[in-house]
Amino acid sequence: MFDAIVIGAGPAGANAAIILSENGLKTALIDEQRDAGGQVWRVKSKSILKAPITEAVEQGDALRDRLKSSNVTAKFNCRVWHIERQENGHWQLSVVGDSEKKLTTKALIIATGAQERVIPVPGWTLPGVFGLAGATALFKEHMMAPMRRTIVAGNGPLLFYVASETLRLGGRVSAVISLNSRMDWLKSLPAMLSNPALIGQGLKWIFTLYKNRIPIYWQHAIKAVEGENTVDGVTICKVDQDWAPVAGTDQYIHGENLCYGQGLMPAVEATRLAGADHHYDEKLGGWVPTIDQWGRTSMSGLYACGDNAGIYGALAAPIRGSLAAEAVCEDAGINLKKRVDSKKLKAAKNFGLAATALTIPRSGLEALITDETEVCRCEGIIRQEIDFEIKTGAQSPNAIKSGTRCGMGPCGGRYCMEAIALITQHRTRKTREEIGLPTARPPLRPVTIDDISDDLDYDDLPIPGVSPL
Amino acid sequence: MTDGNNDHILRSKEISFIFDGVSVTGHDGETVAAALLRGGITHLRNAPNSGTPRGMFCIMGACQECVIEIDGRKVEACRTTISEGLVIRRVPDV
Ligand code: FES
Repeated sequence: MFDAIVIGAGPAGANAAIILSENGLKTALIDEQRDAGGQVWRVKSKSILKAPITEAVEQGDALRDRLKSSNVTAKFNCRVWHIERQENGHWQLSVVGDSEKKLTTKALIIATGAQERVIPVPGWTLPGVFGLAGATALFKEHMMAPMRRTIVAGNGPLLFYVASETLRLGGRVSAVISLNSRMDWLKSLPAMLSNPALIGQGLKWIFTLYKNRIPIYWQHAIKAVEGENTVDGVTICKVDQDWAPVAGTDQYIHGENLCYGQGLMPAVEATRLAGADHHYDEKLGGWVPTIDQWGRTSMSGLYACGDNAGIYGALAAPIRGSLAAEAVCEDAGINLKKRVDSKKLKAAKNFGLAATALTIPRSGLEALITDETEVCRCEGIIRQEIDFEIKTGAQSPNAIKSGTRCGMGPCGGRYCMEAIALITQHRTRKTREEIGLPTARPPLRPVTIDDISDDLDYDDLPIPGVSPL
Repeated sequence: MTDGNNDHILRSKEISFIFDGVSVTGHDGETVAAALLRGGITHLRNAPNSGTPRGMFCIMGACQECVIEIDGRKVEACRTTISEGLVIRRVPDV
Protein backbone atom coordinates (compact mmCIF):
# COMPACT_ATOMS: atom_id res chain seq x y z
CA MET A 1 0.00 0.00 0.00
CA PHE A 2 1.38 3.36 -1.04
CA ASP A 3 0.52 6.81 0.24
CA ALA A 4 0.69 8.06 -3.33
CA ILE A 5 1.11 6.61 -6.81
CA VAL A 6 1.88 8.71 -9.86
CA ILE A 7 1.11 7.34 -13.31
CA GLY A 8 3.40 8.85 -15.93
CA ALA A 9 7.05 9.80 -15.40
CA GLY A 10 7.23 12.84 -17.65
CA PRO A 11 8.27 16.27 -16.33
CA ALA A 12 4.97 16.70 -14.44
CA GLY A 13 4.58 13.24 -12.91
CA ALA A 14 8.20 12.58 -12.02
CA ASN A 15 8.52 15.96 -10.35
CA ALA A 16 5.34 15.38 -8.37
CA ALA A 17 6.59 11.97 -7.21
CA ILE A 18 9.95 13.36 -6.07
CA ILE A 19 8.29 16.11 -4.04
CA LEU A 20 5.85 13.68 -2.43
CA SER A 21 8.60 11.37 -1.30
CA GLU A 22 10.67 14.28 -0.02
CA ASN A 23 7.73 15.05 2.21
CA GLY A 24 7.70 11.60 3.70
CA LEU A 25 4.97 10.00 1.61
CA LYS A 26 5.57 6.44 0.48
CA THR A 27 5.40 7.07 -3.27
CA ALA A 28 5.50 4.95 -6.41
CA LEU A 29 6.00 6.23 -9.94
CA ILE A 30 4.85 4.10 -12.89
CA ASP A 31 5.78 4.48 -16.54
CA GLU A 32 5.73 2.27 -19.61
CA GLN A 33 9.10 3.56 -20.79
CA ARG A 34 12.37 2.26 -19.43
CA ASP A 35 13.18 5.47 -17.55
CA ALA A 36 11.69 8.84 -16.67
CA GLY A 37 11.43 11.76 -19.08
CA GLY A 38 8.09 11.26 -20.79
CA GLN A 39 7.86 12.14 -24.46
CA VAL A 40 9.49 15.54 -24.20
CA TRP A 41 12.60 14.39 -22.32
CA ARG A 42 12.42 10.86 -23.65
CA VAL A 43 15.31 8.70 -22.51
CA LYS A 44 17.86 7.65 -25.14
CA SER A 45 18.11 4.06 -26.30
CA LYS A 46 20.91 1.94 -24.83
CA SER A 47 22.32 1.69 -28.35
CA ILE A 48 23.43 5.34 -28.23
CA LEU A 49 26.85 5.32 -26.56
CA LYS A 50 27.73 8.94 -27.14
CA ALA A 51 25.84 11.88 -28.61
CA PRO A 52 25.91 15.67 -28.51
CA ILE A 53 24.25 17.04 -25.39
CA THR A 54 21.15 19.06 -26.18
CA GLU A 55 19.06 21.05 -23.74
CA ALA A 56 16.34 18.39 -23.69
CA VAL A 57 18.91 15.71 -22.89
CA GLU A 58 20.34 17.83 -20.10
CA GLN A 59 16.95 18.52 -18.55
CA GLY A 60 15.90 14.92 -18.88
CA ASP A 61 19.12 13.66 -17.29
CA ALA A 62 18.72 16.12 -14.42
CA LEU A 63 15.24 14.81 -13.74
CA ARG A 64 16.40 11.18 -13.93
CA ASP A 65 19.26 11.93 -11.52
CA ARG A 66 16.93 13.61 -9.04
CA LEU A 67 14.63 10.63 -9.24
CA LYS A 68 17.44 8.17 -8.67
CA SER A 69 18.61 9.92 -5.53
CA SER A 70 15.05 10.12 -4.17
CA ASN A 71 13.09 7.52 -2.21
CA VAL A 72 10.50 7.10 -4.95
CA THR A 73 9.76 3.49 -5.89
CA ALA A 74 10.09 3.70 -9.66
CA LYS A 75 8.33 1.06 -11.72
CA PHE A 76 9.43 1.29 -15.33
CA ASN A 77 8.42 -0.86 -18.30
CA CYS A 78 5.23 -1.13 -16.32
CA ARG A 79 1.75 -0.54 -17.72
CA VAL A 80 -1.42 0.26 -15.85
CA TRP A 81 -4.42 -1.35 -17.49
CA HIS A 82 -7.15 -0.83 -14.93
CA ILE A 83 -7.98 1.69 -12.20
CA GLU A 84 -10.64 0.98 -9.59
CA ARG A 85 -11.81 2.84 -6.55
CA GLN A 86 -12.14 0.69 -3.47
CA GLU A 87 -14.89 1.04 -0.90
CA ASN A 88 -12.57 2.74 1.59
CA GLY A 89 -11.76 5.41 -1.02
CA HIS A 90 -8.35 4.00 -1.87
CA TRP A 91 -7.32 3.25 -5.44
CA GLN A 92 -6.39 -0.10 -6.88
CA LEU A 93 -4.33 -0.31 -10.05
CA SER A 94 -3.97 -3.42 -12.19
CA VAL A 95 -0.56 -3.48 -13.83
CA VAL A 96 1.59 -5.60 -16.11
CA GLY A 97 5.39 -5.59 -16.13
CA ASP A 98 5.78 -5.53 -12.35
CA SER A 99 6.24 -8.28 -9.77
CA GLU A 100 2.85 -7.29 -8.35
CA LYS A 101 -0.34 -7.43 -10.39
CA LYS A 102 -2.25 -5.03 -8.16
CA LEU A 103 -1.05 -1.90 -6.44
CA THR A 104 -3.06 0.13 -3.98
CA THR A 105 -2.69 3.73 -2.89
CA LYS A 106 -4.42 6.43 -0.89
CA ALA A 107 -3.72 9.21 -3.39
CA LEU A 108 -3.45 8.81 -7.15
CA ILE A 109 -1.89 11.39 -9.44
CA ILE A 110 -2.47 10.93 -13.14
CA ALA A 111 0.20 12.45 -15.36
CA THR A 112 -0.23 10.54 -18.59
CA GLY A 113 0.60 13.48 -20.87
CA ALA A 114 -0.67 14.01 -24.37
CA GLN A 115 -1.70 11.98 -27.34
CA GLU A 116 -1.51 12.94 -30.96
CA ARG A 117 -4.39 14.19 -33.10
CA VAL A 118 -4.10 12.82 -36.63
CA ILE A 119 -6.78 13.58 -39.23
CA PRO A 120 -7.44 10.58 -41.48
CA VAL A 121 -6.95 11.11 -45.21
CA PRO A 122 -6.75 8.52 -47.99
CA GLY A 123 -3.50 6.58 -47.61
CA TRP A 124 -2.70 7.69 -44.05
CA THR A 125 -2.44 4.02 -43.05
CA LEU A 126 0.45 3.37 -45.47
CA PRO A 127 3.75 2.18 -43.99
CA GLY A 128 6.10 5.18 -43.96
CA VAL A 129 3.51 7.52 -42.45
CA PHE A 130 4.43 8.44 -38.87
CA GLY A 131 2.80 10.70 -36.34
CA LEU A 132 4.67 13.98 -35.84
CA ALA A 133 5.07 13.11 -32.18
CA GLY A 134 6.15 9.64 -33.29
CA ALA A 135 8.95 11.21 -35.30
CA THR A 136 10.12 13.08 -32.20
CA ALA A 137 10.22 9.76 -30.34
CA LEU A 138 12.52 8.45 -33.04
CA PHE A 139 14.76 11.52 -32.76
CA LYS A 140 14.97 11.45 -28.99
CA GLU A 141 15.19 7.75 -28.34
CA HIS A 142 17.25 6.68 -31.34
CA MET A 143 18.75 9.93 -32.58
CA MET A 144 17.75 9.01 -36.08
CA ALA A 145 15.53 10.54 -38.73
CA PRO A 146 13.23 8.57 -40.99
CA MET A 147 15.00 7.14 -44.02
CA ARG A 148 14.88 8.74 -47.45
CA ARG A 149 12.92 11.89 -48.26
CA THR A 150 10.52 13.08 -45.60
CA ILE A 151 7.45 15.22 -46.04
CA VAL A 152 6.36 16.99 -42.84
CA ALA A 153 2.71 18.00 -42.64
CA GLY A 154 0.11 19.19 -40.16
CA ASN A 155 0.01 22.21 -37.90
CA GLY A 156 1.47 23.94 -34.87
CA PRO A 157 5.08 24.29 -33.80
CA LEU A 158 5.87 20.56 -33.87
CA LEU A 159 5.92 20.77 -37.66
CA PHE A 160 8.99 22.98 -37.73
CA TYR A 161 10.74 21.12 -34.98
CA VAL A 162 10.32 17.81 -36.81
CA ALA A 163 11.49 19.23 -40.13
CA SER A 164 14.60 20.92 -38.76
CA GLU A 165 15.49 17.99 -36.50
CA THR A 166 15.20 15.62 -39.46
CA LEU A 167 17.81 17.74 -41.23
CA ARG A 168 20.03 17.94 -38.15
CA LEU A 169 20.06 14.17 -37.87
CA GLY A 170 21.11 13.75 -41.48
CA GLY A 171 17.72 13.12 -43.08
CA ARG A 172 16.24 14.85 -46.10
CA VAL A 173 13.08 16.93 -46.14
CA SER A 174 11.06 17.35 -49.37
CA ALA A 175 8.61 19.91 -48.08
CA VAL A 176 6.77 21.26 -45.06
CA ILE A 177 2.98 21.46 -45.45
CA SER A 178 1.40 23.74 -42.85
CA LEU A 179 -2.32 24.14 -42.28
CA ASN A 180 -1.54 27.34 -40.43
CA SER A 181 -1.00 30.45 -42.49
CA ARG A 182 1.81 32.92 -41.86
CA MET A 183 -0.91 35.16 -40.42
CA ASP A 184 -1.87 32.51 -37.84
CA TRP A 185 1.70 32.53 -36.65
CA LEU A 186 1.97 36.31 -36.58
CA LYS A 187 -1.17 36.45 -34.46
CA SER A 188 0.24 34.03 -31.93
CA LEU A 189 3.55 35.87 -31.57
CA PRO A 190 2.55 38.38 -28.88
CA ALA A 191 1.43 35.60 -26.53
CA MET A 192 4.55 33.61 -27.28
CA LEU A 193 6.77 36.55 -26.47
CA SER A 194 6.30 35.56 -22.85
CA ASN A 195 9.09 33.13 -23.62
CA PRO A 196 11.77 34.73 -25.80
CA ALA A 197 14.09 31.73 -25.50
CA LEU A 198 11.57 29.40 -27.08
CA ILE A 199 10.67 31.96 -29.74
CA GLY A 200 14.37 32.05 -30.61
CA GLN A 201 14.42 28.30 -30.87
CA GLY A 202 11.40 28.36 -33.19
CA LEU A 203 13.00 30.96 -35.42
CA LYS A 204 16.11 28.81 -35.58
CA TRP A 205 14.04 25.89 -36.85
CA ILE A 206 12.44 28.00 -39.56
CA PHE A 207 15.80 29.53 -40.46
CA THR A 208 17.27 26.03 -40.88
CA LEU A 209 14.50 25.26 -43.35
CA TYR A 210 15.09 28.44 -45.35
CA LYS A 211 18.84 27.86 -45.35
CA ASN A 212 18.32 24.36 -46.75
CA ARG A 213 15.79 25.70 -49.28
CA ILE A 214 13.02 23.47 -48.00
CA PRO A 215 9.73 24.62 -49.53
CA ILE A 216 7.11 25.56 -46.94
CA TYR A 217 3.51 25.40 -48.18
CA TRP A 218 1.52 27.65 -45.85
CA GLN A 219 -2.21 27.04 -45.56
CA HIS A 220 -2.03 23.70 -47.34
CA ALA A 221 -3.18 20.23 -46.37
CA ILE A 222 -2.43 16.65 -47.29
CA LYS A 223 -5.27 15.51 -49.50
CA ALA A 224 -4.03 11.97 -50.04
CA VAL A 225 -0.97 9.86 -49.36
CA GLU A 226 0.01 7.99 -52.51
CA GLY A 227 1.70 4.61 -52.85
CA GLU A 228 1.06 0.89 -53.10
CA ASN A 229 2.73 -0.73 -50.08
CA THR A 230 4.76 2.25 -48.89
CA VAL A 231 4.62 6.01 -49.43
CA ASP A 232 5.63 7.40 -52.86
CA GLY A 233 4.41 10.91 -52.32
CA VAL A 234 1.46 13.07 -51.35
CA THR A 235 -1.19 15.13 -53.06
CA ILE A 236 -1.57 18.46 -51.34
CA CYS A 237 -4.08 21.24 -51.79
CA LYS A 238 -4.68 24.75 -50.57
CA VAL A 239 -7.13 25.19 -47.70
CA ASP A 240 -9.38 28.09 -46.79
CA GLN A 241 -9.59 29.88 -43.43
CA ASP A 242 -11.54 26.93 -41.97
CA TRP A 243 -9.00 24.45 -43.35
CA ALA A 244 -11.44 23.07 -45.92
CA PRO A 245 -9.76 22.00 -49.19
CA VAL A 246 -9.92 24.48 -52.07
CA ALA A 247 -10.91 22.81 -55.37
CA GLY A 248 -8.48 22.89 -58.27
CA THR A 249 -5.34 23.51 -56.20
CA ASP A 250 -3.89 19.99 -56.12
CA GLN A 251 -0.15 19.44 -56.38
CA TYR A 252 1.95 16.30 -56.11
CA ILE A 253 5.07 16.10 -53.92
CA HIS A 254 7.52 13.20 -53.89
CA GLY A 255 8.75 11.66 -50.67
CA GLU A 256 9.00 8.23 -49.06
CA ASN A 257 8.08 9.21 -45.53
CA LEU A 258 5.37 11.42 -44.15
CA CYS A 259 5.44 12.81 -40.62
CA TYR A 260 1.90 13.93 -40.03
CA GLY A 261 -0.14 15.30 -37.14
CA GLN A 262 -2.52 18.07 -36.08
CA GLY A 263 -1.51 18.83 -32.55
CA LEU A 264 -1.76 17.21 -29.16
CA MET A 265 -4.76 16.27 -27.09
CA PRO A 266 -4.82 15.50 -23.37
CA ALA A 267 -4.54 11.74 -22.79
CA VAL A 268 -7.57 11.38 -20.55
CA GLU A 269 -8.28 7.64 -20.66
CA ALA A 270 -6.91 7.16 -17.16
CA THR A 271 -8.81 9.99 -15.46
CA ARG A 272 -11.95 8.93 -17.33
CA LEU A 273 -11.60 5.30 -16.31
CA ALA A 274 -11.11 6.42 -12.72
CA GLY A 275 -14.46 8.20 -13.00
CA ALA A 276 -13.55 11.88 -12.73
CA ASP A 277 -15.68 14.62 -14.34
CA HIS A 278 -14.42 15.96 -17.65
CA HIS A 279 -15.37 18.82 -19.92
CA TYR A 280 -14.45 19.96 -23.41
CA ASP A 281 -12.19 22.98 -23.81
CA GLU A 282 -10.70 23.46 -27.26
CA LYS A 283 -8.16 25.96 -25.91
CA LEU A 284 -6.72 23.19 -23.73
CA GLY A 285 -6.57 20.69 -26.59
CA GLY A 286 -9.92 18.94 -26.11
CA TRP A 287 -11.43 16.91 -23.27
CA VAL A 288 -9.85 17.61 -19.90
CA PRO A 289 -10.55 16.50 -16.35
CA THR A 290 -12.26 19.27 -14.42
CA ILE A 291 -9.69 20.32 -11.83
CA ASP A 292 -9.00 23.08 -9.33
CA GLN A 293 -5.89 25.20 -9.67
CA TRP A 294 -3.77 22.55 -7.92
CA GLY A 295 -4.99 19.61 -9.94
CA ARG A 296 -7.64 18.10 -7.65
CA THR A 297 -10.24 16.31 -9.79
CA SER A 298 -13.91 15.85 -8.92
CA MET A 299 -13.04 12.69 -6.96
CA SER A 300 -11.30 12.78 -3.62
CA GLY A 301 -7.84 11.30 -3.69
CA LEU A 302 -7.54 11.70 -7.46
CA TYR A 303 -5.31 14.39 -8.99
CA ALA A 304 -4.20 15.27 -12.51
CA CYS A 305 -1.21 17.28 -13.70
CA GLY A 306 0.68 17.89 -16.91
CA ASP A 307 -0.61 17.85 -20.48
CA ASN A 308 -3.33 15.29 -19.74
CA ALA A 309 -5.02 18.04 -17.71
CA GLY A 310 -4.77 20.54 -20.59
CA ILE A 311 -2.04 21.07 -23.17
CA TYR A 312 0.04 23.81 -21.56
CA GLY A 313 3.25 22.21 -22.73
CA ALA A 314 6.53 21.04 -21.29
CA LEU A 315 7.47 24.33 -19.69
CA ALA A 316 4.43 24.37 -17.44
CA ALA A 317 4.49 20.63 -16.73
CA PRO A 318 7.01 20.47 -13.85
CA ILE A 319 5.33 23.41 -12.11
CA ARG A 320 1.95 21.72 -12.45
CA GLY A 321 3.52 18.59 -11.00
CA SER A 322 4.63 20.60 -7.97
CA LEU A 323 1.12 21.98 -7.55
CA ALA A 324 -0.45 18.53 -7.59
CA ALA A 325 2.11 17.32 -5.03
CA GLU A 326 1.23 20.30 -2.84
CA ALA A 327 -2.44 19.36 -2.99
CA VAL A 328 -1.75 15.72 -2.09
CA CYS A 329 0.39 16.78 0.88
CA GLU A 330 -2.15 19.29 2.07
CA ASP A 331 -4.98 16.75 1.83
CA ALA A 332 -2.82 14.30 3.81
CA GLY A 333 -2.35 16.93 6.51
CA ILE A 334 1.28 17.67 5.68
CA ASN A 335 2.29 21.29 5.54
CA LEU A 336 4.52 21.86 2.57
CA LYS A 337 6.49 25.00 2.02
CA LYS A 338 5.27 26.79 -1.10
CA ARG A 339 7.54 26.25 -4.01
CA VAL A 340 5.42 27.29 -6.93
CA ASP A 341 6.25 30.58 -8.57
CA SER A 342 2.85 31.65 -9.87
CA LYS A 343 4.32 34.25 -12.23
CA LYS A 344 6.52 31.65 -13.85
CA LEU A 345 3.56 29.30 -14.15
CA LYS A 346 1.44 31.97 -15.80
CA ALA A 347 4.11 32.80 -18.38
CA ALA A 348 4.65 29.12 -19.15
CA LYS A 349 0.93 28.54 -19.47
CA ASN A 350 0.45 31.50 -21.81
CA PHE A 351 3.16 30.18 -24.07
CA GLY A 352 1.65 26.71 -24.07
CA LEU A 353 -1.82 28.07 -24.84
CA ALA A 354 -0.52 30.08 -27.79
CA ALA A 355 1.12 26.96 -29.23
CA THR A 356 -2.02 24.88 -28.66
CA ALA A 357 -4.19 27.59 -30.28
CA LEU A 358 -2.42 26.97 -33.60
CA THR A 359 -3.67 23.38 -33.53
CA ILE A 360 -7.34 23.80 -32.56
CA PRO A 361 -9.23 21.80 -35.22
CA ARG A 362 -11.27 23.93 -37.59
CA SER A 363 -14.57 22.97 -39.20
CA GLY A 364 -13.17 22.37 -42.69
CA LEU A 365 -10.84 19.54 -41.65
CA GLU A 366 -13.72 17.10 -41.81
CA ALA A 367 -13.91 17.59 -45.60
CA LEU A 368 -10.43 16.08 -45.97
CA ILE A 369 -11.79 12.76 -44.73
CA THR A 370 -13.17 11.29 -47.97
CA ASP A 371 -15.87 8.62 -48.18
CA GLU A 372 -13.33 5.86 -48.73
CA THR A 373 -10.86 6.95 -46.04
CA GLU A 374 -10.18 4.34 -43.37
CA VAL A 375 -11.11 6.31 -40.28
CA CYS A 376 -10.67 3.48 -37.80
CA ARG A 377 -7.27 2.01 -38.59
CA CYS A 378 -7.71 -1.06 -36.39
CA GLU A 379 -11.05 -2.24 -37.71
CA GLY A 380 -10.74 -0.83 -41.22
CA ILE A 381 -13.94 1.23 -40.97
CA ILE A 382 -14.30 3.81 -43.74
CA ARG A 383 -15.98 7.19 -43.46
CA GLN A 384 -18.99 6.10 -45.50
CA GLU A 385 -19.91 3.55 -42.84
CA ILE A 386 -19.71 6.18 -40.13
CA ASP A 387 -21.82 8.64 -42.12
CA PHE A 388 -24.36 5.88 -42.63
CA GLU A 389 -24.59 5.23 -38.88
CA ILE A 390 -25.14 8.91 -38.21
CA LYS A 391 -27.74 9.19 -40.97
CA THR A 392 -29.64 6.26 -39.48
CA GLY A 393 -29.76 7.82 -36.05
CA ALA A 394 -26.44 7.40 -34.23
CA GLN A 395 -25.68 10.64 -32.40
CA SER A 396 -22.88 9.65 -30.08
CA PRO A 397 -19.53 7.86 -30.28
CA ASN A 398 -21.03 5.03 -28.21
CA ALA A 399 -23.77 4.49 -30.79
CA ILE A 400 -21.34 4.71 -33.71
CA LYS A 401 -19.01 2.34 -31.93
CA SER A 402 -21.64 -0.33 -31.39
CA GLY A 403 -22.93 0.09 -34.94
CA THR A 404 -19.56 -0.17 -36.72
CA ARG A 405 -16.98 -1.51 -34.24
CA CYS A 406 -15.16 1.76 -34.87
CA GLY A 407 -12.84 2.40 -31.95
CA MET A 408 -13.07 -1.12 -30.57
CA GLY A 409 -9.69 -2.23 -31.87
CA PRO A 410 -6.39 -2.52 -30.10
CA CYS A 411 -5.56 1.22 -30.19
CA GLY A 412 -8.55 1.75 -27.91
CA GLY A 413 -10.05 4.38 -30.19
CA ARG A 414 -7.13 6.72 -29.65
CA TYR A 415 -6.72 7.48 -33.34
CA CYS A 416 -10.30 7.52 -34.61
CA MET A 417 -12.44 9.12 -31.91
CA GLU A 418 -11.37 12.66 -32.78
CA ALA A 419 -12.25 12.13 -36.46
CA ILE A 420 -15.57 10.57 -35.48
CA ALA A 421 -16.35 13.58 -33.33
CA LEU A 422 -15.49 15.96 -36.19
CA ILE A 423 -17.71 14.02 -38.59
CA THR A 424 -20.56 13.86 -36.06
CA GLN A 425 -20.22 17.57 -35.40
CA HIS A 426 -20.43 18.28 -39.12
CA ARG A 427 -23.49 16.05 -39.64
CA THR A 428 -25.48 16.90 -36.50
CA ARG A 429 -24.35 20.47 -35.73
CA LYS A 430 -24.01 19.44 -32.10
CA THR A 431 -21.25 20.78 -29.88
CA ARG A 432 -18.35 18.57 -28.87
CA GLU A 433 -19.67 18.63 -25.32
CA GLU A 434 -23.04 17.33 -26.53
CA ILE A 435 -21.45 14.66 -28.68
CA GLY A 436 -19.37 13.42 -25.77
CA LEU A 437 -16.92 10.54 -25.63
CA PRO A 438 -17.49 6.79 -25.61
CA THR A 439 -17.69 5.16 -22.18
CA ALA A 440 -14.23 4.58 -20.72
CA ARG A 441 -13.39 0.89 -20.44
CA PRO A 442 -10.37 -1.12 -19.46
CA PRO A 443 -7.79 -2.02 -20.57
CA LEU A 444 -5.96 1.29 -20.78
CA ARG A 445 -3.23 -0.54 -22.65
CA PRO A 446 -3.45 -3.82 -24.51
CA VAL A 447 -2.78 -6.80 -22.30
CA THR A 448 -2.49 -10.47 -23.12
CA ILE A 449 -4.77 -13.09 -21.65
CA ASP A 450 -1.72 -14.50 -19.81
CA ASP A 451 -1.19 -11.16 -18.10
CA ILE A 452 -4.59 -11.12 -16.50
CA SER A 453 -6.01 -14.62 -16.67
CA ASP A 454 -5.70 -15.51 -13.02
CA ASP A 455 -7.84 -12.69 -11.77
CA LEU A 456 -11.00 -12.83 -13.77
CA ASP A 457 -13.49 -15.00 -15.57
CA TYR A 458 -13.36 -15.31 -19.28
CA ASP A 459 -16.88 -13.94 -19.33
CA ASP A 460 -15.88 -10.52 -18.17
CA LEU A 461 -12.59 -10.43 -19.99
CA PRO A 462 -12.16 -6.74 -20.60
CA ILE A 463 -10.07 -6.96 -23.75
CA PRO A 464 -11.51 -5.99 -27.10
CA GLY A 465 -12.21 -8.95 -29.36
CA VAL A 466 -9.52 -8.39 -31.93
CA SER A 467 -6.66 -7.12 -29.78
CA PRO A 468 -3.48 -8.31 -31.51
CA LEU A 469 -1.58 -8.52 -28.25
CA MET B 1 24.50 11.02 -44.25
CA THR B 2 21.40 9.68 -45.93
CA ASP B 3 21.13 6.67 -43.66
CA GLY B 4 19.68 8.82 -40.94
CA ASN B 5 22.86 8.51 -38.93
CA ASN B 6 24.88 11.42 -37.76
CA ASP B 7 28.66 11.69 -37.50
CA HIS B 8 28.61 12.90 -33.90
CA ILE B 9 26.67 9.95 -32.66
CA LEU B 10 28.44 6.85 -31.43
CA ARG B 11 26.29 3.74 -31.57
CA SER B 12 26.69 0.30 -30.05
CA LYS B 13 28.07 -2.59 -32.10
CA GLU B 14 26.03 -3.98 -34.95
CA ILE B 15 24.29 -7.29 -34.45
CA SER B 16 21.99 -9.24 -36.73
CA PHE B 17 18.54 -10.66 -36.31
CA ILE B 18 16.01 -12.31 -38.58
CA PHE B 19 12.88 -10.57 -39.78
CA ASP B 20 10.52 -12.72 -41.81
CA GLY B 21 13.37 -15.02 -42.87
CA VAL B 22 15.72 -12.20 -43.89
CA SER B 23 18.82 -11.21 -41.92
CA VAL B 24 18.77 -7.56 -40.82
CA THR B 25 21.42 -5.67 -38.86
CA GLY B 26 20.84 -3.16 -36.13
CA HIS B 27 22.63 -1.67 -33.15
CA ASP B 28 22.61 -3.72 -29.98
CA GLY B 29 19.95 -2.38 -27.62
CA GLU B 30 17.85 -0.43 -30.11
CA THR B 31 14.23 -1.26 -30.82
CA VAL B 32 13.10 -3.54 -33.61
CA ALA B 33 11.27 -0.55 -35.10
CA ALA B 34 14.43 1.57 -35.30
CA ALA B 35 16.52 -1.24 -36.76
CA LEU B 36 13.93 -2.13 -39.39
CA LEU B 37 13.44 1.48 -40.32
CA ARG B 38 17.17 1.94 -40.81
CA GLY B 39 17.14 -1.20 -42.95
CA GLY B 40 14.41 0.36 -45.08
CA ILE B 41 11.72 -2.06 -43.93
CA THR B 42 8.46 -0.31 -43.07
CA HIS B 43 5.75 -2.71 -44.26
CA LEU B 44 5.30 -5.03 -41.26
CA ARG B 45 1.87 -6.57 -41.68
CA ASN B 46 -1.55 -6.23 -43.30
CA ALA B 47 -4.60 -4.99 -41.44
CA PRO B 48 -7.07 -7.72 -40.43
CA ASN B 49 -10.25 -6.45 -42.10
CA SER B 50 -9.26 -4.13 -44.92
CA GLY B 51 -6.02 -5.97 -45.76
CA THR B 52 -4.20 -2.66 -46.23
CA PRO B 53 -0.44 -2.62 -45.55
CA ARG B 54 0.70 -1.32 -42.16
CA GLY B 55 3.88 -0.42 -40.34
CA MET B 56 5.00 1.54 -37.30
CA PHE B 57 2.98 4.71 -36.91
CA CYS B 58 2.99 6.24 -33.41
CA ILE B 59 6.40 4.82 -32.43
CA MET B 60 5.43 5.09 -28.76
CA GLY B 61 3.38 2.04 -27.97
CA ALA B 62 -0.07 3.51 -28.49
CA CYS B 63 -1.36 2.52 -31.94
CA GLN B 64 -0.49 -1.21 -32.09
CA GLU B 65 0.24 -0.94 -35.82
CA CYS B 66 3.78 -2.28 -35.44
CA VAL B 67 2.81 -5.63 -33.97
CA ILE B 68 5.21 -8.48 -34.82
CA GLU B 69 5.62 -12.02 -33.56
CA ILE B 70 8.48 -13.27 -31.38
CA ASP B 71 8.35 -16.81 -29.93
CA GLY B 72 4.67 -16.99 -30.74
CA ARG B 73 3.93 -13.84 -28.74
CA LYS B 74 2.67 -10.67 -30.35
CA VAL B 75 4.74 -7.67 -29.30
CA GLU B 76 5.19 -4.07 -30.40
CA ALA B 77 8.23 -3.50 -32.63
CA CYS B 78 8.58 0.00 -31.18
CA ARG B 79 8.88 -1.31 -27.61
CA THR B 80 10.97 -4.43 -28.13
CA THR B 81 14.76 -4.34 -28.28
CA ILE B 82 16.78 -6.46 -30.68
CA SER B 83 19.32 -9.06 -29.64
CA GLU B 84 21.76 -11.19 -31.63
CA GLY B 85 19.97 -13.94 -33.51
CA LEU B 86 16.46 -12.81 -32.51
CA VAL B 87 13.88 -14.40 -34.81
CA ILE B 88 10.95 -12.19 -35.70
CA ARG B 89 7.99 -13.23 -37.81
CA ARG B 90 5.26 -11.22 -39.43
CA VAL B 91 1.88 -11.68 -37.80
CA PRO B 92 -0.35 -13.66 -40.14
CA ASP B 93 -3.02 -11.80 -42.10
CA VAL B 94 -6.41 -12.59 -40.66
S1 FES C 1 4.22 2.12 -33.73
FE1 FES C 1 2.43 2.44 -32.56
S2 FES C 1 2.59 0.88 -31.09
FE2 FES C 1 4.46 0.69 -32.16
